[in-house]
Amino acid sequence: MAVIRDPMPAFELFQPTSVADAQALLDRYGAGAWVLAGGLDSFDWLKDRIKRPAALVDLGGVAELKGIRERDGGLEIGAMTTLTEVVHHPIVRERYSILLEAAESAASPQIRNQGTIGGNVSQDTRCWYYRAGWPCYRAGGNICYADTPESINREHAILQADRCVAVSPSDTAPALIALDAQMVIRTSDGDERVVPAQDYFVGPAIDITRMTVLQPGDLLTTIRIPATWAGARFYFEKVRDRQVWDFALVSVASAMVVKGEDNGAIIERIRLVVNGVAARPLRLEAVEALVQGRPRNESTAVIASNRAIEGAQPLRFNAYKLPLMKNLVKRAIRGVEGGTWTS
Amino acid sequence: MPKLVGQNYVPVDHVAKVTGRARYAEDYRVDGMLFTKLLLSPMPHARVRSIDTTAAMAMPGVRAILTADDLPDLEGAERGLTNEPMYAGEPILAVAATDELTAAEAIERIVVDLEPLPFVTDPLEALRPDGPSARLNGNAWGAPPPGGPGGPAAPAPLETIKWTAEDFGDEESGRLPMGKALEEWAFGDLDAGFASAAIVLDETFVAQSSGHHPMETRSAMAYWQNGKLFIHASTQSVAQTRGNIARWVGIPPEDVILISEYTGGGFGSKGGGAVSTSIPCLLSKKANAPVMMRITREEESYIGRARTNMTGRAKVGFTKEGRITALDLFIVQDTGAYGPLGDHRSAGLAASLIYQPAAMRWRAVNVLTNTPPRSQQRSPGPMQANGIMEPVITKAARQLGIDQLEIRRLNSPEGKALFGPVLPTGQRNHVTSAFVKEALDRGAERFGWDERKTRTGKRQGSKVRGIGVTVGPHGAGSIGWDSIMTIRPDGKLYVQSGVGNLGTHSVLDLARVAAEVLDMPWEKVEVVWGNTGNHLPWTCLSVGSQTTHGMTRANHAGAMDAVRKLKELAARDLGGAPDDYEVGGERVFRRGNPGRGMSFAQAGRRAIELGGRFDGHDLPEDINPMTKASATALAGLGLMGVAKDTYPRDGITYGFVIGFAEVEVDVETGGVTLIDFVAVGDVGTVVNPRSLVAQIKGGACLGIAHALFQKSVVDPRYGVSLSDRFHYSKPLSILDIPASMHAEAVGLADPETPVGAKGVGEPPVGAGYGAVMNAISDAVGEDVFRRAPVTSDIVLMSLENGRRMHAPLQAHV
Repeated sequence: MAVIRDPMPAFELFQPTSVADAQALLDRYGAGAWVLAGGLDSFDWLKDRIKRPAALVDLGGVAELKGIRERDGGLEIGAMTTLTEVVHHPIVRERYSILLEAAESAASPQIRNQGTIGGNVSQDTRCWYYRAGWPCYRAGGNICYADTPESINREHAILQADRCVAVSPSDTAPALIALDAQMVIRTSDGDERVVPAQDYFVGPAIDITRMTVLQPGDLLTTIRIPATWAGARFYFEKVRDRQVWDFALVSVASAMVVKGEDNGAIIERIRLVVNGVAARPLRLEAVEALVQGRPRNESTAVIASNRAIEGAQPLRFNAYKLPLMKNLVKRAIRGVEGGTWTS
Repeated sequence: MPKLVGQNYVPVDHVAKVTGRARYAEDYRVDGMLFTKLLLSPMPHARVRSIDTTAAMAMPGVRAILTADDLPDLEGAERGLTNEPMYAGEPILAVAATDELTAAEAIERIVVDLEPLPFVTDPLEALRPDGPSARLNGNAWGAPPPGGPGGPAAPAPLETIKWTAEDFGDEESGRLPMGKALEEWAFGDLDAGFASAAIVLDETFVAQSSGHHPMETRSAMAYWQNGKLFIHASTQSVAQTRGNIARWVGIPPEDVILISEYTGGGFGSKGGGAVSTSIPCLLSKKANAPVMMRITREEESYIGRARTNMTGRAKVGFTKEGRITALDLFIVQDTGAYGPLGDHRSAGLAASLIYQPAAMRWRAVNVLTNTPPRSQQRSPGPMQANGIMEPVITKAARQLGIDQLEIRRLNSPEGKALFGPVLPTGQRNHVTSAFVKEALDRGAERFGWDERKTRTGKRQGSKVRGIGVTVGPHGAGSIGWDSIMTIRPDGKLYVQSGVGNLGTHSVLDLARVAAEVLDMPWEKVEVVWGNTGNHLPWTCLSVGSQTTHGMTRANHAGAMDAVRKLKELAARDLGGAPDDYEVGGERVFRRGNPGRGMSFAQAGRRAIELGGRFDGHDLPEDINPMTKASATALAGLGLMGVAKDTYPRDGITYGFVIGFAEVEVDVETGGVTLIDFVAVGDVGTVVNPRSLVAQIKGGACLGIAHALFQKSVVDPRYGVSLSDRFHYSKPLSILDIPASMHAEAVGLADPETPVGAKGVGEPPVGAGYGAVMNAISDAVGEDVFRRAPVTSDIVLMSLENGRRMHAPLQAHV
């Protein structure tokens, strides 16, 4: 049977207006259901005719999943809030600028107008072998096409690979983990489950076919950002080939509270996360422990960066991710000095 | 005289384009129209053993299936469908159905039994002693035999060439192995040149392939009426595409009506149309209904053409002053599964022109691989030549302690500069003109080269800046084309334009020249374009930056013919000799006595009354048969200017654009940011200033993207494209360039053409490519990279390790 990648096959389209209705539909269609948020990930799969759901449950009409509200001194962001809305929100700008930077680095202005924060954290990996429909481990097969001596794997993982070497593509995920965000999930039986952002994402060792803890029938409803890190010293950087519509080669996000003045500043507490190096964004807890109580300076940054890449194993084309990850961790600790040219 | 040449104007189609009213091929709908979808080969090389369409044909709504067996044989050349796919993604069959969904489902029910055949995706692998060949009967195109007198060059022969293990002995050094070449030329004393050199460098560079990816994919819609084929398609060249479609479909050109009023870009991939256009044409005939073929972006990444990738090795000798004494250039070109492309030859000629070596040898192998088919991509060859040569020049300047601008100026062409091999005549070719030094000087001043130079190479934080300059060359004009125009009784000038509306405005610009010669207000000029049913003249292909040059000449000639006829007609009716009359203010009148004359409207009417050559009933002997047929159809509508361009030309026309770039490299990430870009063109008289600036900037952007990230990626083990999505191929985005870029032209007329205009579309590409890469070298070192694109991984690994770490020779990574 020949393969063809376009157009999108037919499916039943449902546009519920409440989470309860959405979940009833997911329950009714079971494995044949597909949850649609902004569509940026979904439509690739659907147009490629690789994923063929019987029913599409479009969350675009569920008002309770949209918007940003203050809550317990922090924020609560509906999963269906667009990235553009996140970027433009005054409190995000004022207290959680790291999330603004991360969201603004995603894709393109047009995609951010359509793409949602829930979709951004729940999207599937962009490994080009997997996305082309090759029958790899992640797709239920028994080979990784990206991890052979000849594979072109510049974008792939250097850490925590387990059969699969795909990486998490999410730009907002590392920022949310740095902020200790809590992911609120409505499970299929109607219960609410709150999962720390760092535990929301799963690697292939846990489940090789999924990127998150979401089980069939589950919905991510809101993302809560606690007050804990509001106004902290943030650092976010995403290294990519071009400045629009490109996934991270490596990204880093950190939230830090220091004590003392510039040169003598001591790192009191810190959360440090990298992405683009493993199938899930990695919170570098060992590095955090190592630098807490140390001065925020170059030598601490060097110690941190060396510790950060321990255990990293490059593939044929991605050895650069080691120095890149090291350098980004350094910057997250000690900052980056800009040029002073005037043009 | 209304001065039109050199003035900005608003092209008549602008509003339609920006409001979405412009109709591209995909926007047409006709009654009973079917849709087609394609079945693509999953294998890089295979033979179709059998096709079972039973289940598909049994589906309601499926109307016809077209296979390669339904297509005319093109003597081995690429066809729209194939029984021996030679790249993954090559179309094998097409299904016509009442809608696309049905067609796609039908394709999923078709069983194609494919016998896998050997394949190769890397040109060097194809040359290994026991390496696979892309085709069963060969792996490289040989030198094309010299063309007969006046006739076209014969096709290049398919050959099998394998190098020896010894040839590959040097491979570990990262230098391109050099075995037997299939093509070669030389001039001057190479050995003496190297012997007299103060330094000799030997460097290898990999210039990448990349898909063209015009915004409009090659969708097409066809139907038949009264024995004629009506085809809505996207092409760069309307007049020249008609004959190609006729050949692909197997009917006479006069039976093809090609409608292509708007083209959403081509960049060389739609030069003479697209061979896939034959699919809806023949499927429409088979299904006896109109057929629309909408090409998806993924399909475009396979059938939509790509640039040839080249691995080049340049051994170059320099005097201590920096002058090039000898250049020994070896190119392995990857021409894809079809071709042959001639980019490698253009690269050799370009290198000989812009670096003016005292002696040079050029050798090349034009290798076939089982990768998506190539076509000329905006500056095909010269851009790659800039990539191969610039690192060597940069390194030499560093070693000799010479300014990077100065060494390029020293070696730049001037006046009627010689280039290329010694011809059978014993002479070498020369260009019509080169004002490269003027352009370099103007650009250097505008860019502030000397001032910026003082701050390069010095680190601030993690950032370091660098500047670079490159002379981008490209052929910029052909000769001998025709024009047709009529001054009609409504007092308007109608100019027939066979140029494609590919975004450059040359489709309209050529009429500005005719209007200026006739002193016609632009408001009274109607340009007729976009439909071969509207009787178009023999027109150049809009490729190779030749249109502005070639068609301004033709339209100058046609307008001069109209002027002559106006004067003759006036003398005949009003007395005196034709030379006693002049043309102006929409009138032809007696010199010194403006009242004695007639209006253009009257002249148009009078020409019809007189008939004969005045209104196109008698035509010149030397025009092309296509022009003759079109002029015959238009005869009797008014006073006709019709002529072939027979103006003399001493030399071959080349255009030049000089690119100046400043970049900032972050040594902790390897990331490169383009800070500023200035370009100055030596492109003759400027016809359309606004469009010219857009062409220079746009062309430079393509080169900048190739310097920084644009590429094609192929998995060598499975032989399939990995960059088969738009965002994987990474064309430039608006945020990758500075908020403002500056472009201008020196505006010096080419002396060998009546209007003085040369083409501009392509020279800026190599200028952008070379200038940005040179700037990176200036910032972080001349040995950091020897391949493009220069992505952050390449820069960072090189800086971290103190030496290049990237794959030295592998293609398509």
